[in-house]
Amino acid sequence: MKLVTAVIQPHRLDDVKSALESAGVRGMTVSEASGYGRQKGHTEVYRGAEYTVDLVPKVRIEVLVSDEDATPVTDAIVGAAQTGKIGDGKVWAVPVEDVARVRTGEHGDAAL
Amino acid sequence: MEEFALDSGNTAWMLTASSLVLLMTPGLAFFYGGMVRGKSVLNMMMMSFVSIGVVGVLWALYGYSMTFGSDIAGIIGNPAEYFGLVIDDADSLMFGSGVPALVAASFQATFAIITVALISGAVADRIKFGTWIVFAALWVTLVYIPVAHMVWGGGLLGMDGPIASALSTPIDFAGGTVVHINAGAAALALVLVVGKRKGFGKEPMRPHNLPFVMLGAALLWFGWFGFNAGSEFAADGTAGRAWINTTVATCAAMLAWLITEKFRDGASTSLGAASGVVAGLVAITPAAASVDVFGSIVIGAVAGVASALAVGLKFKFGYDDSLDVVGVHLVSGVVGTVLIGLFATAAPGSNTWWPGIGEEGGGLEGLFYGGGVTQLITQIVAALIAVVFSFVVTWVIALALKATMGWRITEQEEADGIDFAVHGETAYEGVGSTISEVR
Repeated sequence: MKLVTAVIQPHRLDDVKSALESAGVRGMTVSEASGYGRQKGHTEVYRGAEYTVDLVPKVRIEVLVSDEDATPVTDAIVGAAQTGKIGDGKVWAVPVEDVARVRTGEHGDAAL
Repeated sequence: MEEFALDSGNTAWMLTASSLVLLMTPGLAFFYGGMVRGKSVLNMMMMSFVSIGVVGVLWALYGYSMTFGSDIAGIIGNPAEYFGLVIDDADSLMFGSGVPALVAASFQATFAIITVALISGAVADRIKFGTWIVFAALWVTLVYIPVAHMVWGGGLLGMDGPIASALSTPIDFAGGTVVHINAGAAALALVLVVGKRKGFGKEPMRPHNLPFVMLGAALLWFGWFGFNAGSEFAADGTAGRAWINTTVATCAAMLAWLITEKFRDGASTSLGAASGVVAGLVAITPAAASVDVFGSIVIGAVAGVASALAVGLKFKFGYDDSLDVVGVHLVSGVVGTVLIGLFATAAPGSNTWWPGIGEEGGGLEGLFYGGGVTQLITQIVAALIAVVFSFVVTWVIALALKATMGWRITEQEEADGIDFAVHGETAYEGVGSTISEVR
């Protein structure tokens, strides 16, 4: 099993959600995040004082998938989130040792 | 010539009423600001604030004169006559109630300001700030001033105009045609030229702060007492009539909107209550002093239902009137203006108001109060003229600005949020900022 995590531009969330649904993903966790990569933030001036806003708003999506689904799901996210500009974000997958469904107590692939 | 006699009671009330109406525009900024997404709240509020700036200056220079100066062709007043508000109290618009000319000019300024600001709700999230400023100046000059002159300044739609002689005097006590139909029809023309927001109807664009919306609706209601009761130009029984009608119609409209929602969507919402309040206030505006309590309740209730149903039309027809200026102001403005034709009454002792009181056979009593259909037809004609004039002239202004300055920010700027794109600031993004330079 793999945990696919994506940090993307907030306004791409809807397209990514639809792409994941089309790819057969039935659930996900989405949270608001702040951060920067190569984008660095921007500056704002309030009454003459200049502030650098390093951390810009992002959305983090987490999806648990089977090993063979990891690559197609990653590609689906990349395809839907891409605008081609700096700040589009990153997607990565890490191995997961075990998953349990709280309601039933099932373990492993059955719990996905 | 009769000498000006100051009435300090009336003057005190009109100064208060002017201040109340001015407060409506910041109230509108909150009403609209809460309804957009968090990334565009500052721009939404700024469109209202800058309307105060632009129209406030223009009104003092030539706006008042061009509205209430000597008539030119029934369309505008002479802009040079009182340029810079150089005006004698003997020429006061409120001469009859002993209110000085400058107080009258202040009161009228606040109406011009809010009418321009109302339109901004239609074009949320997507237009260049500079284009909006130029639009505000052009629109108040070429649309608001002519319509206000035609209705209140002795022009085509006024007491001595051709409609008054052919049919009856159109009743617009506080601005159903001048303010609400005018702003609503302009909003429709504007969104057809400006176009939809990116993702309209597909991406969620839900209100980011409903408490702001309710705060704004409350401030609008409070300010509206100055708007409607102040339109009597005096502190008297007719002002009291306008006050009570403004309240009961608004209460009825709120309830009507909530009931409509409950049946249609399963829940009565806070946004529905705030919207119903505004729909009721809009509808009673032209009728405030010319109907009784029963007429007010019906006008409010009809407006509440009509606007609650009308706000869905933009999705059906695919025009992005973002915050429903058409659905609320045009629809309820027409409801109020037309229903006067059914409910107008001058019961003895009721303190109701008539344009051209004392004239013989002028219609004026509504269909349900034994006056026949004359006043109803008059009201429909007045509403139609206001819709057509405002729509056509606004359309031309919008096209001219599209060809010269352009209306839209880039798609990327729209996606990232208009606040940072046009104002260089953000309302809520505080995380991770460091001070880098103090100038």
